[in-house]
Formats: sequence, structure tokens, C-alpha cells
Amino acid sequence: MSHAHETQKKPTGPAPLHGLLAEYESPWELVDAATKVRDAGFSRWDTYTPFPVHGIDKAMGIRMTILPWLVLGAGLTGLASAILLQWWTNAYDYPLLISGKPFWSIPANVPIMFELTVLFSVLTTLGGMLVLNGLPLPSHPLDLKERFARATDDRFFLLIEASDPKFDAKDTRALLDSTKPAVLDEVLEDRATPSEFPKALVYGMVILTAAAAVPFALAAKARFSKSRSPRVHLIQDMDSQPKYKAQRENPFFADMRAQREQVDGTVAVGELRDDDHLFRGKIGPEYARTFPPQIPLDEATVARGQQRFGIYCTPCHGFAGEGNGMVAQRAELLASTGAGKGMAWVPPSNINQAYLRQQPVGQLFDSITNGVRNMPAYGAQISTEDRWAIVMYLRALQTKSAAGH
Amino acid sequence: MAAVSDVNQFVATQDGGNPFTGPPQGDNPFAKITDNVVRVMAAPRPPRAWYIAFGISLSLLTMFFGSIGWVAWTGIGAWGNMMPVSWAFPIVNFVFWIGIGHAGTLISAILFLLRQNWRTSINRFAEAMTIFAVVCAAIFPGVHIGRPWLPYYMFPIPNQMGMWPQFRSPLEWDVFAVSTYATTSILFWYMGMIPDFATFRDRSKSVAKRISYGILAMGWRGSSRQWHRYERAYLILSALATPLVLSVHSVVSFDFATAQLPGWHATIFPPYFVAGAIFGGFAMVVVLAVPARQFFGLKRIITIDHLELMNKIMIATGLLVGYAYGMEFFIAWYGGNRTEGFTFVNRAFGPYAWAYWTMITCNVLSPQLFWFRKLRRNPWVTLAIGMVINVGMWFERFVIICTSLARDFLPSSWGYYIPTPVDFMTLGGSFGLFFTLFLLFCRYLPMVAMSEVKAFHPSVLAHAHGGGSHGDHH
Ligand code: HEC
Repeated sequence: MSHAHETQKKPTGPAPLHGLLAEYESPWELVDAATKVRDAGFSRWDTYTPFPVHGIDKAMGIRMTILPWLVLGAGLTGLASAILLQWWTNAYDYPLLISGKPFWSIPANVPIMFELTVLFSVLTTLGGMLVLNGLPLPSHPLDLKERFARATDDRFFLLIEASDPKFDAKDTRALLDSTKPAVLDEVLEDRATPSEFPKALVYGMVILTAAAAVPFALAAKARFSKSRSPRVHLIQDMDSQPKYKAQRENPFFADMRAQREQVDGTVAVGELRDDDHLFRGKIGPEYARTFPPQIPLDEATVARGQQRFGIYCTPCHGFAGEGNGMVAQRAELLASTGAGKGMAWVPPSNINQAYLRQQPVGQLFDSITNGVRNMPAYGAQISTEDRWAIVMYLRALQTKSAAGH
Repeated sequence: MAAVSDVNQFVATQDGGNPFTGPPQGDNPFAKITDNVVRVMAAPRPPRAWYIAFGISLSLLTMFFGSIGWVAWTGIGAWGNMMPVSWAFPIVNFVFWIGIGHAGTLISAILFLLRQNWRTSINRFAEAMTIFAVVCAAIFPGVHIGRPWLPYYMFPIPNQMGMWPQFRSPLEWDVFAVSTYATTSILFWYMGMIPDFATFRDRSKSVAKRISYGILAMGWRGSSRQWHRYERAYLILSALATPLVLSVHSVVSFDFATAQLPGWHATIFPPYFVAGAIFGGFAMVVVLAVPARQFFGLKRIITIDHLELMNKIMIATGLLVGYAYGMEFFIAWYGGNRTEGFTFVNRAFGPYAWAYWTMITCNVLSPQLFWFRKLRRNPWVTLAIGMVINVGMWFERFVIICTSLARDFLPSSWGYYIPTPVDFMTLGGSFGLFFTLFLLFCRYLPMVAMSEVKAFHPSVLAHAHGGGSHGDHH
């Protein structure tokens, strides 16, 4: 490998000296040599060993790394993040009541504080070690020395760089010679390995990074914009449920109906409905002209009626009950453009018509409950009390429009 | 280097296809250690036993993903989980695997802090085992939730529901404990391998290997200034991993201990679980170490003495576990709670008595054989007892989970859990995942921490502690 590099290098002339490399056969020889080099006052030098050699730190005068302090800082950050995370999510942003426990109590939050403290510290330990060590370091002049491969196997090396202020080609060589290395060798600067990353690789990385940001950008956009289409629904596990719906056929039963009839002669709880006035709006055979006694004649009921009317009736009848709700408007629009040709369209009645003003409240109630001619029934959707409340509001609307005209 | 590989090939033809049993090459102890480990990676192909084992593991792995896919497709009704035993196999397997995953960090971190130098021969192994076990473990809760595409609910990710995880739940603590543990173990493992990757890089001849090991080694060249920070980092990681490893199984035990179910609601759970985890983890280490040293010629590095030490740890932790079993009965009686008392009598003599006594036999009785020096120094006996202990530890979790759930406070809801074939396929398949990863590790990664073994080589230690001319460096 090194031969290839050397032939490539020739055109640019001889490479400058990077440093002097001494090789030793045992760690203790290296420690002795390192002590001498340290005492000679060099600063840009290092030793290379296949395992951490005992006593080399002191022999080289290596000072204690700041790594432990970085880790301490990271640990405290982890602790603070855990506290903030748990408080923000469970006590502030979305307080979640769990079997009466307090929203914010330290003991229950200790495990996660511990875990995040450790997690942050661990990531910083490895990351900090690599960064402080200047790793990853893809190439180094030493790589050109074939013998240097034994630094990760069984040999011990000492390198003094030529850039050291104390370096002197002759004296330094003499100093190293005096440590009796097995081999003493010159290391030349690496001119073969390009100092820049290949352009294609850089562009590739830029494109990949940009592409990786796209899904996140889409997710962010989705959070702040509205859409008419339903949300993306990848896994449709709840969409098909093996069950029978009412009105479907079910061969299991003799009558082939999925829906079961109530047993003859029985009434379900709360379903007796023996009060004709309340449930059917009738007194005897006639529609009632009064509200049933269970319905309080007060503002609260009218307000409730207005609110329910707004939900259930305005789409067709409009807010004033004049029969001009959204559905009616749309139908008229379609009719005017000829798009709705051939469709029978009965407009919703204007509730303020005279004959409706005369109608007994019981009959209005019945219209809502069971529907009337083309209008569907709302008895199944709206509770009895609410239907009466709507009738009360209808009367209020009618009275108002009568007074206005 | 070329010579080394030629010799390997020569040995391969001589020795029935196993190039690893000959003496390692090299003219000094360090080179011999390097060669002993590197030749596994450098050899053109692994021993035949590796292929057989890999084939079996791969089939089991296929079965694993097949059965998980089946469960995801049809729903968890494919398993035998049924009220009241809703946790059943998936959680038994989860606790079993996460327990196995404890010995690795224990060996790398705690024994490191305790300066037990013998750990260097097995720590890499045990760390790899830890990671693969945690991978197996993590799959089970993810599948057990029934809709395996929703586990992101467990992480504090802003989502369309505007909801957050519930941090006062032990199940949520579990998520953090297990993921922190997995991250830490992987980083610890990786960091330990950096110098060895550098050795692999410098010793491999194919360009592909040089590049891949080169990337993994990140340009490590063994500089002493780097070793200094590296050793600090290693020490810090050990100090962090030690409480972490104790916390993980404690948190797992909270899943049970904070529930009110009789037989679960006990303060003894955290230490009891941790002891069991170490016990089971060591058993798994010997199960892996015995064949690996046999087939990859690592007998000089992982010696009988090492196996014996691990067996001694197994006697100790086995006794701890046995003590916990006894203490549970004592507390049930001494606490005076009728339901609690019933639960334990029911464990030993109820419908699950067969599982209970399997557990006692495997976990409490079988390690007692290690009192005999002859047995604990025999690798094949060690292997057999290691396997038996693993069976026992699986049954321990089965007994805790299934007996308590099947007999809760309300007799009207009692039941009996019967696993389905899919349950067994998922359990068996998880071993496939574990062994597949492990076999790939043996083939391609440094199985032994070479730099650590070298640093503790007798010649180095003798020199360092013998005083000599370097007393002033200490
Ligand atoms: C889907 C549209 C629609 C909705 C919603 C709707 N209606 Fe109607 N309503 C109609 C139509 C259409 C008619 C006229 C039916 C016909 O003449 O065939 C009508 C007629 C009526 C009449 C006159 C009945 C009669 O005796 O002539 C009343 C009263 C009435 N609606 C009340 C209500 C009330 C109260 C609600 C809310 C609970 C409501 N409607 C909701 C479409 C609607």
C-alpha cells in the first residue's frame, strides 16, 4: 500500500519530514524513552501502543482530561430535562389524572430522572472522548509506514513531530538513539491522501440530508395547515370488523335477521313511555296545545332549544327557520345551473308560515319525532326533552317573525 | 501477515476444516494474543460447526418473524393469552431475555470497578450477549401490545392526538430503563471494540475489510494521549453502567411490585429480580463461551479457571435466588394476608405446581453440583448446568406471571393459561434471533478484548508491580 503512495508522490518532489519514529519491543522501554523525551521539553510528540501502558501518562506528562466535567454537565442537563419533560407533559400541558395521584410528585418521577441522567452522561462520555481525541481521523502520515501497523498488535512507538519548536534533525535523532529503539525511522508528510473529501461524496451527503428533511418538513406543514382530505390512514386494522350490523342477514337465526326482536310482552328499562303527552305530544286523540308539565317553561329551555336547533335543523331550515339553510341553498344552486336535472327537490318549509304558527305544539313535536312527508325523522337522534326544547324555540322564532311582519 | 493466513490454510487442511485449534502465531505474547483472536476473522471460512449452528439459527429466526407476522396479521388471539392471564408468554419472554442481558454489563462494568482482571477474557462476549438479549427482549412488549405499529405512543413524541405518555406508570419507566440500557450497552460495547477494530483493520488484507473495520475504528492508532481519555471514558461508563444495570431489572420488577396482585405486590422484588438476572445471565455466558472457545480455539484465552470463576458466581447467585423463593413464602405467612398466603401455597401445590418444581430443581438444586470442584472445572458439565439454569430462569418468570394472574383476588375470574403453538414458535424463534446475531458476532467482530487481555498479560503485570526501575511512574 505504501509503495503505491510513494510512486504517486514523486511528481511533487520529496515530501517534507513529518517526524521521527522510534519503535520499541516492550512497554517498559517505551516508558523509559518517554520520560527522557518529556524531560527534554518536547511538546508535539506522542507514543503509540497496542494497549494502555501503565505509567505512560506520568512518563509523558499527560494532564488529566476534562472529560469527567463534561460528563457531569451532561448528567445534570439530563436530570433537568427529565424533570422538565415530566412536569410539562403530565402536570402542565396535558394534566392526566391517574387514580387520584397528584399531577406532579417527585417520587414517581425519579426513575425517569435517573435514566435520562445516565443516558445524557453516556452519550457525552463516548462523544466527548471521540471529540477530545480528534476522532474520527481518516488519515495520518504514520499510515504510510508499513511497520506502524504493529502499533495495534505488539509494538510500541514514539513519534516526535518535526513541527515541535525543540525539534532538530540531528539532536533529536541522537536523543532517540540514546533510548535504544529497535528501529529509528523518518516519517514523511502524507502527500498522497487528498486533504479534502471527494466532491461527489460531499454533494451526495448534501442531497441526502436535504432529502431526509423532507418528511419532517411535510409533518411540520401538516401541523399548521388545513386539508379537505381525511388524514393518511396506513393501517386499516379497525376498518373491517367481523361483526353483524342491524338490518343485515344472519344465517345463524331462523328468521335470518342479524337484529334481534325484543321478546314479546317485555319492555326494556326506561322504554315504557306511557306518558302520551310527553312522548307523543298528544292528549287523548288530539295534538296537545300545551307543553307537558315535565318541560320547564323558562329561558334555559329556550336556550337549549336554540342550540339544538342550530345543530339539527339549520342545515335545511336556516337560522331563522325560513327554509334557506345551506342544503337548500346548494340545491337551488344546482337547480339553477341545471346540474340537478331530473331530481325531485322539495324545499324545506318556512317555519314561520301562518298554518305552522297555528299548529299545536304537539304536532310540531310529532313532526320532529317522526318526520313529515319529505322531512326525515329526528326522534332517534334527539332526546325527548331536547325535542320539546326545540319546539319551544320554534315558537319563539314564529312569535318573533310574526311581530316583525 | 501473508504467512499467518497461509499457515491457517495449512492448518485447515490438516485439522478437519477447523483452522483455529493450532497454536497461535507470533514471536511474543502480544502477537500471540492478536493472532489467536484475529485468525477467526482472517480465516477464509469458519469451522463447520459454525455453519450448522448458523443454519439452525437462521431457520429459527425465520420462524420468529413468521410467527410475529402471523400475530400482527391476525391479532393476538393467535396466542393463548386470555383473561385473566393476559401477560403470559410475551411478558415471560421479555423478562427472561432482559434478565439474560444483565450479565454482560455486570461483567464489563462492575467487575471492572472491582478490578477483577479475569473478566477481560469474557467481557466482550458477555457484552455482545447482553445486546442481543436486549434486542430479543425489546421485541416482545412491542408485539404484545397487539398493534405493533403503535409503540411510538410510549415515547414523548408530539403527535396528532395531543397526548403524552403517562410518566407515573412503571410501564413507562420500563420504556426508558430498557432503551437507556440498550443504548448504554451498545455504546459501551462499541467503545470497547474501537482499539480491536483498529487491530482488525491493520491485520486484514481485503480492501472491503480494511474499509469497514477502518470506519468502525474511526482512525484509532493507539496514541497514548488518546488512550488516556479512552481509559477515563471507560471508567466513567463503568461507573454509570453499574447503577444502571441494577436499575433496569429493578424497574422491570416494578411492573409487578407496584401492581396489587397477590404474589406480585412485594418489596423483595427488585433485589430478587436483579439476583435472578445475574444468575441467568452468567448461565447464558457459559452456554455461549464453552462452544465458542471449543470451536474458535480460544481455550488459551478463556481458560477453565475463568469458567470455574463464573460457576462460583452461579452458586452464589443461585443461593440468593433460592433465598428469595424461601423469603417469599415467609413473608406471605408472616404478613398474615390470607390471599397472599393462598397464592404461595397455590404456586407450590396448585395447578401450576409442575412449573414451580421445575423452577426449584433447575435454579436451586442444579447449581449445587458446582460445589464439586471436578464438576465445576468440566466445561461440558458447565454447559449442561448453564442450560438447565436458563430453563429454570424462564420458568421462574412463568411462575411469577402466570400463577398470580390465574388466581387473583376474585375466584370468579380464575383461569388456566394454555399456550398455543404460535406462543412456542415465538419463544423458540427468539433464540434464533439471539444465536444468529451471536454467530455473526463470533465470525466478524473481535470476540475477545485483545487490548485488555494484553494489558493484563502476566509479563506486563509482573513488570508493572515488580517495582523494577519504574517505581517512580506509579
Ligand atoms: C334534511 C333537511 C331537513 C332538516 C335537517 C330538517 N327539516 Fe324540517 N323540513 C324539511 C323539508 C324538506 C320539509 C318539507 C317537507 C314536505 O313538504 O314534504 C320540512 C318541513 C318541516 C316542518 C313543516 C311540517 C308541516 O307540518 O308542514 C317543520 C315544522 C319542520 N320541518 C321542522 C324541523 C325541525 C324542528 C327540524 C330540526 C329538528 C327540522 N325540520 C330539520 C327538511 C328538513
